[in-house]
This record gives sequence, C-alpha cells and structure tokens, in this order.
Amino acid sequence: MLLYFVFVLGIGFALKRFMKTSKDFFQAGRALPAWICGLAFISANLGAQEVIGMGASGAKYGIATSHFYWIGAIPAMIFVGVFMMPFYYGSKARSVPEFLRLRFDEKTRAYNACSFAVMTVFSSGISMYAMARLIQTLHVFDSLFIKLNMPLGWIFHFAVIISAVIVLGYIFLGGLTSAIYNEVLQFFLIVAGFLPLVWVGLKNVGGWNGLKATLPSAYTHSWQGMTNPHNNPLGVEWFGLAMGLGFVLSFGYWCTDFLVIQTAMASDSEESARRVPLIAAIPKMFFPFLVILPGLIAIATPAITQHAMVHTHVAGTSASALVATDLNNSISTGKGLIPAKVNPVTGKVMTDEKGNPLFDYDLAIPNMLLYYFPTGILGLGLTALLASFMSGMAGNVTAFNTVWTYDLYQGYIHKNASDSHYLKMGRWATVGGILLSIGAAYAATSFNNIMDTLQLVFSFVNAPLFATFLLGMFWKRTTGHGAFTGLISGTVAAVLHHGLTLPTDARPGIHGGWIAVVHFYPSQMAQNFWTAIWAFSVNFVITVVISLLTKPRPEPELVGLVYSLTPKPVEHTMGWYARPKVIAVGLIAMLIALNLIFK
Amino acid sequence: MNLDLRVPMGALFTLVGGIMSIYGFFTRGSVIYERSAGMNINLIWGLVMLMFGVTMYLLGRRADRRPKPQPVEGTARPLGHGHGGH
Repeated sequence: MLLYFVFVLGIGFALKRFMKTSKDFFQAGRALPAWICGLAFISANLGAQEVIGMGASGAKYGIATSHFYWIGAIPAMIFVGVFMMPFYYGSKARSVPEFLRLRFDEKTRAYNACSFAVMTVFSSGISMYAMARLIQTLHVFDSLFIKLNMPLGWIFHFAVIISAVIVLGYIFLGGLTSAIYNEVLQFFLIVAGFLPLVWVGLKNVGGWNGLKATLPSAYTHSWQGMTNPHNNPLGVEWFGLAMGLGFVLSFGYWCTDFLVIQTAMASDSEESARRVPLIAAIPKMFFPFLVILPGLIAIATPAITQHAMVHTHVAGTSASALVATDLNNSISTGKGLIPAKVNPVTGKVMTDEKGNPLFDYDLAIPNMLLYYFPTGILGLGLTALLASFMSGMAGNVTAFNTVWTYDLYQGYIHKNASDSHYLKMGRWATVGGILLSIGAAYAATSFNNIMDTLQLVFSFVNAPLFATFLLGMFWKRTTGHGAFTGLISGTVAAVLHHGLTLPTDARPGIHGGWIAVVHFYPSQMAQNFWTAIWAFSVNFVITVVISLLTKPRPEPELVGLVYSLTPKPVEHTMGWYARPKVIAVGLIAMLIALNLIFK
Repeated sequence: MNLDLRVPMGALFTLVGGIMSIYGFFTRGSVIYERSAGMNINLIWGLVMLMFGVTMYLLGRRADRRPKPQPVEGTARPLGHGHGGH
C-alpha cells in the first residue's frame, strides 16, 4: 500500500516539469493517447458510490443492478462518442460550462458553472468521508495507532488528512495529466484487486451455476418481471427504467458532466476524443462482473465460518460486552456475509416497522475482501478499494479547479490576466477545493441528513441538463434565453414532482410528498426515474417554446457548435475497424448479447 | 506528453506482483489459504501481476525509443498514419 502511495506521488513529481502553461495543467496539454483517456473516463466515475454502492445493490437487488451499466451507461457513452464529442473538442471550449457560453450565453454558463463547482466539492467530500469511515470500520490502521500509542478515535481524522494530502499532492504538481495517469493506475489496481476476489468467491459457491442454485431466480435474471414494478426487486417497470435511467439520467451524466468529459477533452486529437468514450464502454460493459457479482456472492456464501468479518462498530466503554452478545445476534440475522445493521448507540440490531432486520449492504464488498483474501493479497484488495475512493475524489477536484479558474475566475473575477497567473490560480484552486471537500466531509459526519438533502438538490439541478445540450447541439434555432429558462423550469419541475409524489413505503419528508401526496410509486428508484423524466420533458418543451419566441443567433456564429451547420468529421482516413460508428455498432451488438445471456 | 504511463505502471505491478509471488512461494500449504478455496492465491495472482507488469514495462520502453507522429493541434487528424494510439 505504501508502495502505491509512493508511486502516485512519484508520477506527480515526474510530471511537474511538463506543467508550463495553464493548458498543460487544466487540459493535460491536449496530448494524451485515447486508451489512457478512455480508462480514465470510467475511472473518474469509479468513486466511492460506484464500488461500494454497486456491490451493495448487487447484494440487495441481484444482477438487475447491471442495468445501471448496460442501460444506464453504455448507450450514453456511445452517443457522446459518436455525436457529441466533435462539438466539445472541436469548439475549443475548455470546459462544459464554456461550451454553454459559446453556444448560448453568459447566464446559462454561470448557472451551470456555479452549480457544478458546488457539486464537485461536495461529491469529493462525500468520497473522503466514506473512505475515512471505511478505514475506521476495517481497522486498517488500528495496529499502527496502538503501537504509536495514539487514541483510535483519531483514525478518522488521520484518514481524511492523508487522503487529502495525497490527492492534493499529485494534482498540485501534475494537474489533469497527473490525475488522469493516476486514474488509469487506479483502474488497473481495481481490476487486479477485484478479479481474484470474484474468481475465488465464485469457485467457493460452485461457479455461476452454484450461484444460481443458491439464490432466488430474480437475483440472477436481470429482466425477469420487468413488465410489472411489483414483480421485480428494483420496483420499476421497463418504461421508467428505459426512459428515466437509460435516457434522461445516463445521458445527462455521461454526455454533460465535465467530470468525465474532461478526460476525453484531454486527448490528442478529435479522432481520439471520439474514441475515448467508446474505448471506455468496453471495460464498462464487463464491470458488473467485477463490482456487482461480489455482492451476489456475499449473499450466497454460507454464513458459518465468518471469522474475520467486520460488524458495525459500537462506540463507548461498554462496547465489548455489547458486541459479544450482539455479534451472534447479528450473524444469525445477517444474510450470507451481509451483517444486520447495528445501531451504533444502543448496539441493537436495527429493524424496520414489521420487525424484519435491516441489512448493512454497504459492507458487502469489504466483507468479501476480508472473508476470501488471505494475508498478502488482502493488502492489494484494500489498496484497490482505497484507490477507487481516491480516483473519484481526484476527478472531482480537477473538474473543480478547471471550472473555477476558467469559468468563474477568468470569466467574472479577473479577466485578461497572464497565463502563468491562471496556472497559479489553478494550483491554489486545487488547494481550496480540497479544503472545502474536507469541510464537506466533516459536515457529513455531523449532519447526515444535510448530505442526503444536498444530493437530492443536485439531482434536481442535473436532471433536466441533457435536454439543453440535445437541443443546443441538434437544433440551430435554440436560443440562450430558451436554454436558460428551460433549465430553470426543468429544475422547478423536478422539485415539484418530488414534493408531490412518494414511494409507497416512505413517510412524507426527505423521500418526497412534502407538498401533498398525489401519486404513489412502488419504490424510491421508480420515483427518481420519473422525477428525471418530468424534469427533462418540461425543460425540453419550455426551451422549444421560448426559443421560438426569441430571436435566434445568426447561423455563421454557430458553425462548429450545431450539428447541421458543422462539416461532418472525415472518417475514411481511418481503418474501417477504428471508425467510431463501426465500434459503436460492435458495442451495441455486445450489449444485446449480454442482456440476452443474463435475461 | 513525454512520460509514457506504461513504464511506471509496469514497474508498480512488477514490484507488487514480485512481492506477492515471493510471499506466496514461502507460504505454500499454509492454513491461510483455506479462505481462498484452497488456492495459493498470493502465488497465482502475484505471478499474473508480475507478467502484466513486465509486459507493460517493456511495451512502454519500446514505444519510448520510437518517436510517434505528432498530432496537429486543433485539426482532427494526426499527421502520418493515424491509427497507432489504440
């Protein structure tokens, strides 16, 4: 693990001497090969929420979780590569908000830049918080702290600070190049750490067939019961799934989020930039086997020899006594390797209203690592887990420093300064971004609900975004006023929809229904998907209406920004196998095949 | 960029893989492998990583010595024969 940290910082130092202009720092000099950017493209998204969350949903919902990849990512990645990347890369915009300024106007850009900057800081703070909690729960540094005679309560602070210092170190020195290089390194580490886990785990439960035999059939069939929301574990029907997740949410994320787009924009030519998301789609397609399967195996593992498992930690002096009595309880009520959720204050197993125990699904992957890995490779597994947290953080921090420096600082605070000034600003924005993230991480420790609320607010802001980009890029009549009004009303629509509906098993409040309840959804996921669908549709309609009422921009100004006015990229110089459209068709075929196999 | 990522990455995997295989070699038949379904996962996976690391390192080194065509900023096409980057 130490070796990994040394390498991470080493890359930062090695790249420092190349960082001469702000372009080197923020855009990696636009000189990276496509395969590196492609792997960084998925690795930037492979943060805490991804690895822990997908393993948890795997344990909770089964293989249906793979819809988040196969429907919720791949089609959008293909679309951004084939159709949208020429505009991002070719317009010479340096960030997504800057593209909005070129295409629309200042206010649209300012709105997007501000909401995005706040969002990245909080996401990286959440990553940091989750990582520190995990280090605490897994007792990674416990022996070190006991040896040094330091209180165990400091482990949380220690973990926050050390992750902040490392991420800060390599970004401060090497900018986006360094972040991208490290994301690729982290990608390989995650694969190296999780592949043997799946292998050993599958072997232990008797292969895929053994898994199928132990688990209920809904766990191993991703499409079973999709015609009716009450018949499948996700509680969503196919239309909500395809439109909400597959279209609005996933296209909104993969096609407009600068966090992932920045890696593609760092590549060395437009041709490479278009290939970046397509290259990324290939490993992405197989990621369910790496992160969801462990969740399934965790459920299927017989719950007899759970010698090394972690149980949710109980604080206080009388902890050991409580744990002793409750540990047995927690194991016997747990599912496979998933322990029951234990209330940290009372030490009792938490139950829902009907008296069924709640499960702590987030521990699925960490427990798998501890259960199946002997000393030696366990270190690799834990490093891989930590690497995934850091890559998520780093992507957010580089996206933040770029948007802050180019879109907010250069755009509104200090125009026309020298390039070296902006480079310096970018470095300090990195420091500022990380300090703010630390603040966010500590805010999360004391006010858990604030974090949930913030994530909810972000989802309102993000949900309508894709309609704006879609209209902006493919309809030359779209105007700045139209886009801005559309975005705002889309967000308002999301808020209203959330306030007026409720998942059946929740009380009005943070889960919705805080205005009045006019409609019930079978699950929270269904509600989220439909919120997105509403936000998108309202934005789309309002943007079109307002655009028709306002004066369009003259066509020559829009060349390179709108599909119909931009010369199509020439593809015949490439070998047939390298053309984006050919790769896209191949990817779709693979996608269909995977869905058929696991239907 | 002048630093080929494959070189440091190859070095990292070679080192980690090497350490793991050596550790695995000296703990053959140990009880710790009961967990991993009886396989000496340290030795096996250490060797896999070692091989991957060495391959990456050599590929990176070889590419370093052969200068690649420089893509032209802003235009879509790198000069020369343009499909070597994948």
